[in-house]
Amino acid sequence: MMDLELLQVLLLKCLFAFLMVSVVMSMAGYSVLAERKVSAWMQGRVGPNRTVLPLVGYVPLIGPLLRGLGMFQPLADGLKFLFKEEIVPGHVNKIYYYLAPLVALVPALTTMTVLPFGEFVDSTGNKIPLILANLDVGVLFIFAVSSLGVYGIVLAGWSSNSKYPFLGGIRSSAQMISYELAMGLSLLPVFLWTSEPGSMVSSLSLVQIANAQDSSAWLVLVQPLSALIFLIALFAETNRLPFDMPESETDLVGGFHTEYGSFKFGIFFVAEYAHIVIGSAIFTLIFLGGWHFLPWINDPWPTSWIGTLLGTGWFLAKTVFLIFFFIWIRWTLPRFRYDQVMSLGWTKLLPLSLANLVFYVILITWLDQSALNT
Amino acid sequence: MAKTVVLERKPLSLSERTYLPQIVTGLKTTFSNLFKEKVTLQYPEEKPVIPQGYRGVPTLVKDPNGREKCVSCQLCEFVCPPKAIRITPGEVPEEDESREHVEKAPEDFEINMLRCIYCGYCQEVCPEEAIFLQNEYSLSGYDREELINHKEKLYELGGTLPDQHYKWDKKRKAELEGNSH
Repeated sequence: MMDLELLQVLLLKCLFAFLMVSVVMSMAGYSVLAERKVSAWMQGRVGPNRTVLPLVGYVPLIGPLLRGLGMFQPLADGLKFLFKEEIVPGHVNKIYYYLAPLVALVPALTTMTVLPFGEFVDSTGNKIPLILANLDVGVLFIFAVSSLGVYGIVLAGWSSNSKYPFLGGIRSSAQMISYELAMGLSLLPVFLWTSEPGSMVSSLSLVQIANAQDSSAWLVLVQPLSALIFLIALFAETNRLPFDMPESETDLVGGFHTEYGSFKFGIFFVAEYAHIVIGSAIFTLIFLGGWHFLPWINDPWPTSWIGTLLGTGWFLAKTVFLIFFFIWIRWTLPRFRYDQVMSLGWTKLLPLSLANLVFYVILITWLDQSALNT
Repeated sequence: MAKTVVLERKPLSLSERTYLPQIVTGLKTTFSNLFKEKVTLQYPEEKPVIPQGYRGVPTLVKDPNGREKCVSCQLCEFVCPPKAIRITPGEVPEEDESREHVEKAPEDFEINMLRCIYCGYCQEVCPEEAIFLQNEYSLSGYDREELINHKEKLYELGGTLPDQHYKWDKKRKAELEGNSH
């Protein structure tokens, strides 16, 4: 017979996982809405404001407000993808064609398991991070898994057996490889900085990085160049404008998802936005102090479950701002040319991140030495 | 010949070469756009303001006495570039007191809205000022037949417009005074 306690833990884990997935997925859905709304506002338009649900939509005041903000739109969009006719072109490689959307979505959803989003202080004063799986190599895990997402795009491009998706897939893989390097190198100074001076332990855990910014400077202030390089690489990794090479509607029709329709296209779409949500969360954790209040200020909230909720809310607020920033950039900058993307990645960002690393290695060594000598 | 001045282009400064200040300026522009007034019209609920001289759907109008103005001279039919107008001329019965000034009136007046190009030549050429392109711009139908406007439809769309000349009243007055020409 199964241990009752084990069963309980298992059930709880499943519940937490379900909650996490639903939160991230609905955030992805609503970032699609945010994208449409913000783009509309920036272009002097109104954006989606017609969709309405019966009952909720007709409540006075709240109903028209929600309708005007398009709050029911993601539901309609999702259902539209679900009920569309499933068309598979005759010239595709069936197995990979069906596999590609899954390969694109799964890494996006997997990375959220190691994403801390808050902290709970229990009665004995222990700080328990709110996280599905507290890996001490969290960042490595995220890098390893999220770069698998490119396989979805490459597979889609290859299996579609047509020129535009193929070009999109090729471009995407080249871009991902180029920016992965700069991204990894830009984070190394962060790990050096957050490891305790003099101690033998250093950690790649996201919880530890977030906690290192508790009532001290946010890392974006300590290492602005790392943050900048990481942000640029993040834009490239999530295929957002100005780096949306795999899609680039104007020159590649739809890019890698040209041959996809109905729900399979919907999965690609959701995966893209899930990547953005998770990317924003990671940037918040590493450079914007996670769930901690402002730089150099102690968290003002009490050490109870209320404080936990407030901290998590603060973390979400930062993440949402970053998602807005992603959208904001998209509607401000035009797309790079393909060779510009490549030269920016290899000849600018990579040397810059190396120089950044060397600079911080010297700086941190000097700081640590002087701390040890006194 | 105008003298060509070649402007010397200054080399970009370091901050300009990173493009970051320029990107920030761009971000400011788009952010300020967020709060600007929207230019979109919520169409079926709000209608656009039709400017004067707008050329909408061609219509037939009646004079302020409620009489048919068209005398089926067929000039519009001849001038119509896409041949959208077809007139079947008819006679005005002798005993019609109110219309004794004219001899003819259209039996049917068809404007094929699938052909019409809204050029307004018909309005321009009409000696009786009987055909006008008015403010109506939205028309739709389920088949070709439905989009051919016949006489009744054209008068319904046109209504009555104020007359500036009262051509026939003047002519009648002149006739009564004995100097018709």
